[in-house]
Amino acid sequence: MIPLGHYLIVSALLFAIGSAGVFLRKNLITILLSVEIMLNAVNLSFVAFGRYNGDVNGQIITFFVMTVAAAEAAVGLALVIALFRHRESLNPDAFASLKW
Amino acid sequence: MAETLAFYALAGLAVVASALVIGQRNPMYSVMMLIASFAGLAGLYILLDAPFVAMAQVIIYAGAIMVLFLFVVMLLNAPQEDAAEWDRTHPLRRPGIARVGAVLATLLVVQLGWALSAATGLTAPVGSRGGSATVSSVRELGRVLFTDHGFAFEATSILILVAMVGAVVLARREGDS
Repeated sequence: MIPLGHYLIVSALLFAIGSAGVFLRKNLITILLSVEIMLNAVNLSFVAFGRYNGDVNGQIITFFVMTVAAAEAAVGLALVIALFRHRESLNPDAFASLKW
Repeated sequence: MAETLAFYALAGLAVVASALVIGQRNPMYSVMMLIASFAGLAGLYILLDAPFVAMAQVIIYAGAIMVLFLFVVMLLNAPQEDAAEWDRTHPLRRPGIARVGAVLATLLVVQLGWALSAATGLTAPVGSRGGSATVSSVRELGRVLFTDHGFAFEATSILILVAMVGAVVLARREGDS
């Protein structure tokens, strides 16, 4: 059997990769993808802890996280489309003004 | 033994594919790599006796959400980050304040590693405390979801409705009525 700590290490690595993506990338779509990586890292630790404690609540919260991720992706991508129409760019530095 | 091998293969797939997501200039390849990463995670969920979550991961994440991303990437004909621009503005290749993000990410890794090494009980196998019968049962999952978490479930439906209306309003062209 795999120790619980190994799952948590994978989860920590994925979360760190996702946060590095949010900080480093200059493309709105890749930034949204990095947020998805972070959400999945957290899901993995929830399921691992749920299995460790023999409790289904870990899996239940994963479904809620997936739902929120779907809602976030829909609204986030709609925002990206609206912003792209104004600036013809996906670089977050292009959207520095508060009003246009 | 087979389980250990499967764990390392799937965990490696998930981590390497995720690293490639942010190491890629073409958003199209990033989305494809993220789908590979989600496949690795779905395998890990099966190892954790959570087959229903694994299927939801494949169907909802890899199936629905990633198709939405791919659709937007193609719709916008998303420009690749320009190679010269990438070299000039990439924080890892630029000295000064822009390194802060990389430093923060490294700090996060160190902090998470420290927290994990300080915690006790992490060497116990994941299946040591509960039977797999409870956690892998879809019947039990449904019972808890619709009784203990009934309110959260209903609130989620409102969240999805709001997200749907929000996406339509935001993506609508100005001047349309």
